[in-house]
Amino acid sequence: MTDAPLIVTSDLSVGFRTGSGLFGKALLKAVDHVSLDIRKGSFFGLVGESGSGKTTLGRALLKAVPMTGGTARFRDGEVDYDLTTLSGPSLKDYRKRAQLIFQDPYAALSPRMTVRDIIAEPLEVMGLTKTREETDARVRAIAAKCRLNLEHLRRFPHAFSGGQRQRISIARALVSGPKFIVADESVAALDVSIQADVLNLLKELQRDLQITFLFISHDLSVVAHTCDHVAVMYLGRLVESAPTRRVFAAPRHPYTKALFSAIPSLDPDDRGRGQKLTGEIPSPTNQPPGCKFHTRCPYTIARCRTEEPALEHPGDGHEVACHRWRELQETTVA
Amino acid sequence: MTALIEVSNLTIRFRTDEGLVTAVEDVSFTLGKGEVMGLVGESGSGKSVTAKALMSLNARNAVYGEDSRITLHADTGPVEVLKLKTARELKIVRGGAISMIFQEPMASFAPAITIGRQMVEQLQLHGDMSKARAKEISVEMLDRVGISDPARRFDQYAFELSGGMRQRAMIAMALSTRPKLLIADEPTTALDVTIQAQVIDLMKDLVNEFHMGIVFITHDLGVIAQTADKVSVMYLGRLIEEGPVREVIRNPKHPYTRGLIAALPKLDDLDAPLTPVAGDIPSPLERPAGCVFHTRCPKILGEVCRTALPGDTQVNPTHRVACHLYPPGGPA
Repeated sequence: MTDAPLIVTSDLSVGFRTGSGLFGKALLKAVDHVSLDIRKGSFFGLVGESGSGKTTLGRALLKAVPMTGGTARFRDGEVDYDLTTLSGPSLKDYRKRAQLIFQDPYAALSPRMTVRDIIAEPLEVMGLTKTREETDARVRAIAAKCRLNLEHLRRFPHAFSGGQRQRISIARALVSGPKFIVADESVAALDVSIQADVLNLLKELQRDLQITFLFISHDLSVVAHTCDHVAVMYLGRLVESAPTRRVFAAPRHPYTKALFSAIPSLDPDDRGRGQKLTGEIPSPTNQPPGCKFHTRCPYTIARCRTEEPALEHPGDGHEVACHRWRELQETTVA
Repeated sequence: MTALIEVSNLTIRFRTDEGLVTAVEDVSFTLGKGEVMGLVGESGSGKSVTAKALMSLNARNAVYGEDSRITLHADTGPVEVLKLKTARELKIVRGGAISMIFQEPMASFAPAITIGRQMVEQLQLHGDMSKARAKEISVEMLDRVGISDPARRFDQYAFELSGGMRQRAMIAMALSTRPKLLIADEPTTALDVTIQAQVIDLMKDLVNEFHMGIVFITHDLGVIAQTADKVSVMYLGRLIEEGPVREVIRNPKHPYTRGLIAALPKLDDLDAPLTPVAGDIPSPLERPAGCVFHTRCPKILGEVCRTALPGDTQVNPTHRVACHLYPPGGPA
């Protein structure tokens, strides 16, 4: 892993026009001024509840939804792309370098294609190989990396279990030789017993192929075990961002703390009712003023209701957007 | 503890184009009144099929074993669930003594009928009561599960509620007929952790208040540890381990249960490697002979596991395991 960032965003915003505003059309701010660096070769975790904008951010970085504000750059050493304006041949080239792995391996694979054809399709669509032999060689190589054998390639997806299907999806995403992969809840639909297997495979690919991952998940324990860095989103805003160990050892934002205490403990005697959040995430079309978390935050003061906290960079690499994080850190035992 | 429902030798096969497929095989357990049982296992382990059998909800191509029995101890006396045939007979269990909540609450509410009307309808179906009384009970239940402004929510449609609210409404509807047994099939899986924590707390409160038995189906052992009194672990249709929640989580016996616990990412030790249960669950069309887990078992003893079905061994009076590592009568 190097320190050079692969992706740098600055005030990146994504908005959608929705049909249901009282006065004409409302603007839904799904991603709101997010600035982050994803270092080359890292496993970058993005967490938050449904509606926090984590999926939209991932899609925006893949140029699957249009960005409506801010900038985003992609630098892999070979190319330097401004993602906000990317189009034409460079966009096509970017598609080869950035890929997505979906959540549901049952929906993501065409039931009418053999596994070989599923994995080969990106190569054919992007015109990356010239002959069938070349395509077959690439397919076989990547299939082997994803622990699929030749026998598997001839079959149709219905013959496979969830874990095997996810390995097929991964092979398909990797076949074009991408440098950047967005894995959106890629293990959420899998059973625990095979979830670990897929996670280990992703880590292996990160190491062996020097791929940078943006790992979107709502499962903090999975993120803790796989990611080098964690960013927490709430209602489109980045509220905390730091190396994994720091976040888990001493979370700074009350929202991050609440997320941790909501994880069901495996200890049957620890049925504590720690600090749990009440209420739900507000609708993104009707966002609260001030700090967006103030409606659910146990530490809200007057300032939180009116003034939105900026993401602070205290110099230790542990960024947080909260007016009160310093005093809260002093009063709570980490 | 008095028994609420007794399941013995439950075997369920489905007639399919590819022949008879075994989904559940020789499963027996007893659930007491007010007891919460966690039913754990991966997809294809037969946990949902088992739970649906308690209400006789499985599809028509289900074939039950000759000696399979499900006895529900209702207020009116014991009921043989699998002998109930007509819709009228089945009313005793469906929505009467037993209610069920599902993973996806949006799919469980009719989208074009208000939540209130659906609640009133089922109350009137099961009890002889006026519409006004049914509405009163429904609003009370909505309030009880923590839905704000219940009188207004009563007239709303399911799509107007958030995911967490919908799941609460689902629970309110399931409990309004005062069931003796609640079957909860992955009720928190589709929810965010923060909302999951709220729903779990709610369910714990309701168990104390209504004193009903719960069969809690989930693949999340953390949720089980937080809610259940006892745990039953299923694999490929067989119940392989059962015991009190503390016992099974702290002192698991079956290699599969051990594997499941080891596969969980743990927050208190970030350096521990993630260890999957090796291999994939076999297709139900290719059920292994002998112990169903032998194709993935790290502790396989040899021929005995490949050919002989392990019997139940009592580790202690409340904890049993079906594995050749623990021969009956031997040390466990």
